[in-house]
Amino acid sequence: MGFLEINNVTKSYGAVKVLHDIDINVDEGEFLVLVGPSGCGKSTLLNIIAGLENLTSGEIAINDQTVNHVHPSNRNIAMVFQSYALYPNMTVAQNITFGLEMHNVPKSEREAALNDVAKLLQIEPLLNRKPGQLSGGQRQRVAMGRALVRNPDVFLFDEPLSNLDAKLRVDMRTEIKKLHQKLKKTIVYVTHDQIEAMTLSSRIAVMYNGYVQQLGTPSEVYNTPANVFVAKFIGSPAMNVIPATITIKAKHAFACFEDGSGKAIDLQLSQPASSFNNGQSVLLGIRPEAISDLGNEDRNVNISKPFETMVMVTEPSGADTFVTLNLAGHDVVSRLRGDVALPSGTLASFTVNMDKVVLFDPETENRLDI
Amino acid sequence: MSIASQDSAVKNNRTTMVLIYVTLLVFALFYLVPLFVMIANSLKPLSEITGGNMMALPKEWTIEPWLKAWSTAQIGVEPTGLRPYFINSIIMVVPAVIISSIIGALNGYVLTKWRFKGDTIIFGLMLFSCFIPFQIVLIPMAMVLGKLGLSGSVSGLILVHVVYGIGFSTLYYRNYYAAFPTELVRAAMIDGAGFFQIFWRIMLPVSGPITVVCVIWQFTNIWNDFLFGVSFGGQDQPMTAALNNLVQSSTGVKEYNVHFAGAILAALPTLLVYIVAGRYFVRGLMAGSVKG
Amino acid sequence: MARSLHKPDFKTRLQDWLPKLVLSPSIATTGLFVYGFILFTFYLSFTNSRMLPNYDWVGLKNYARLWDLSHWWVSITNLGIFASLYIAICTVIGLTLAIFLDQKIRGEGVLRPLYLYPMALSFIVTGTAWKWILDPGIGLQNTMHLWGWESFEFRWIKDRNFAIYTVVIAAVWQSSGFVMAMFLAGLRGIDNEILKAAQIDGASSWHLYRRIVIPMLRPAFLSSFVILSHLAIKSYDLIIALTGGGPGRATELPATFMYSYTFTRNSMGVGAASAVIMLITIAAIMIPYLYAETREDRS
Repeated sequence: MGFLEINNVTKSYGAVKVLHDIDINVDEGEFLVLVGPSGCGKSTLLNIIAGLENLTSGEIAINDQTVNHVHPSNRNIAMVFQSYALYPNMTVAQNITFGLEMHNVPKSEREAALNDVAKLLQIEPLLNRKPGQLSGGQRQRVAMGRALVRNPDVFLFDEPLSNLDAKLRVDMRTEIKKLHQKLKKTIVYVTHDQIEAMTLSSRIAVMYNGYVQQLGTPSEVYNTPANVFVAKFIGSPAMNVIPATITIKAKHAFACFEDGSGKAIDLQLSQPASSFNNGQSVLLGIRPEAISDLGNEDRNVNISKPFETMVMVTEPSGADTFVTLNLAGHDVVSRLRGDVALPSGTLASFTVNMDKVVLFDPETENRLDI
Repeated sequence: MSIASQDSAVKNNRTTMVLIYVTLLVFALFYLVPLFVMIANSLKPLSEITGGNMMALPKEWTIEPWLKAWSTAQIGVEPTGLRPYFINSIIMVVPAVIISSIIGALNGYVLTKWRFKGDTIIFGLMLFSCFIPFQIVLIPMAMVLGKLGLSGSVSGLILVHVVYGIGFSTLYYRNYYAAFPTELVRAAMIDGAGFFQIFWRIMLPVSGPITVVCVIWQFTNIWNDFLFGVSFGGQDQPMTAALNNLVQSSTGVKEYNVHFAGAILAALPTLLVYIVAGRYFVRGLMAGSVKG
Repeated sequence: MARSLHKPDFKTRLQDWLPKLVLSPSIATTGLFVYGFILFTFYLSFTNSRMLPNYDWVGLKNYARLWDLSHWWVSITNLGIFASLYIAICTVIGLTLAIFLDQKIRGEGVLRPLYLYPMALSFIVTGTAWKWILDPGIGLQNTMHLWGWESFEFRWIKDRNFAIYTVVIAAVWQSSGFVMAMFLAGLRGIDNEILKAAQIDGASSWHLYRRIVIPMLRPAFLSSFVILSHLAIKSYDLIIALTGGGPGRATELPATFMYSYTFTRNSMGVGAASAVIMLITIAAIMIPYLYAETREDRS
């Protein structure tokens, strides 16, 4: 039994079902991130947890209490919104203490709580300003302050960083993580940014089309994606997913591609041959960093036989260089070290770290669990 | 719908620009002449009007016509001047504007932030009511006012103007609040604020601009109304109806200068509002065309 | 498993019905004073109500009588002339002024309010002013004579065949500035980059406006058409103040027709029938427009 339980929650707007049997248990102090593309249902789910939207069936329970019919203000939650939703007519201090005032907390206690929070977030100099006079990062802090001051059971974050510029977003991300480590509060955090999901969470729920596609730790989601959607959604650049045919030769299974010119490329799989049928079609998932140029492979991993192919595009990004190569007619992105010299249009040899390769069923697009 | 100037990409040559300026100035004259005629002739003795040029400035300046229009001119049968009717209009306009604006604000708040099934239809019906020809309600309204004992009274007119003003005030506040982030309302809900607390503490403090627009619109419309005033005003007619009485009276000499002074008196409050807050007036007009 | 709590708490229930409660007086008044009254007037149009409402059903008799009355035909013919000229002239003037004002005009801030102020006036004031300006004895004609143009003649307001055009003049004076503002807002809403692109493509000013700008003003055209036509159909005050419907019946409109048949000629049934026709005409224009506008809002 979790601290926050989402039990078989469904949500329909008329005939349109936007959430299908969502079932997630969150332990106390956990940092759960709901991630997915827009329209996947993640924000709807968050609003249902907050009580801002009604669910169609199922149950939300917080701290062992069913809260389906409890007003948002009585669920002991706090929420940080994408737009921060600071009350424009109130000062920072009034913004932060409004919730306490509404809950009839005496003024002296309100002041004390305000001071604690202001100190924690280092916003003391801002307390008498109006939101309009604050920068994006400062507003973000005030919005968090407003949530923190309530000392709730559960914090809900609705894409809190998406209105910040790139640099500030990274800083605030770290800050939120620090805050979580310090306060050890239960957090449900919605984002469309898979990097935020990976860096912040203790568990990730990847959502798509109203379904939870996968619920797991960041490393589970990254290394053993449940299906092609999760594989492509988590990680940037996305995982390469290429159709291949299994051939069994000398008790080993190989993923074989035709490279268009009639030359075949065989990659020897780490998985035992007994898991496959000869001639079976699969989708091969290869992370960009699992591809290396010849001679620069990690040690102690299972390396494929080198294959020579055409470099299509080279995109240096400083720390890494992204090289798009042609593998059996498919564009495949690899992440190589920053100073690699592979001009586009040249031929070069590459290897694949076969331990990192995942296989999917081409029909269901689910990962083959072998 | 900003009217603020922006760099036009179009460049014109000199002749075109001269032509443009001439046209613009000619139209400025067209709009100004009637006002000039009214003001100039309201300050002339009658003899100068009947024997002289309406475009000429007064030779002998006098405020006599204004005083007469205000306090002694014959309106209907009584030589009361327009003053009592001006007061009627004020007594009618102020409560009608306040009440219809408050109701409109609450309606707009409900229709945007507390949406429920069928709210669009309700709004649509209220919106359409702004545009009906009021002839369609004259007969039953007269009967209802009679039943309520409000015929021929300012209270009756207040009721009428509130009832038919709600549509526009709701339209204004609804469109304004629709652009107001719903997240703020949700944040306040989670903070524990109730329906009226959210309205009072969160929505109203930021409703200044639309309130100005709405108040100006309602003020102008209600002040300028003639049909309801003449139909239901009875003895307590508003300014517009009294002015019409003054101007159309068939007895005695036509005192054009008094008529003009009366016309300006009737126009003065709305003109003042326009001069002071023209920007908001225009905004109201545009929003009155639903989106503009 | 957490235990179930089936009833929504008090605060939630309060928030379910409070908004509806707040809206309900408006729903009630709109329902009664607008739609109830419309139905009642509709009903009256099928009775032989005269000075007072009565409930003797006469079917379509009032409508038949209405369409037999020359007075009504004069009214709707006048409305046709008035509305089409009013809308057309306001649109042309409004568009011209807006385009001209949009040419980086010095003094735009002074000119714009001058064009618009008549909209703040009552039609009664407008009518009073124009009544005397158009009066041949003391108005424009007299002025021209005094300025030495002896042959100048302008007596439309006294001429049965031309009086309706004087109503057009006064109404255009009042509303064209408003149309200007609508078009100006439309012009200012056009993305400047589109204009720059068109100029790089080699479009002359004339082509720029004819081919790109004016077509992009479609929403403003539509809005001003709808607003002006609804104002035209409702026109009552202006007629009363300017011409009183005369000379004779020369400037009667449906709105004045309805008023005189209902309240002075003791033919309430016919008056109600004319009001119904006015409503249907406006509804035919407004409903599709409002429907389209509110739909766009939602998306």
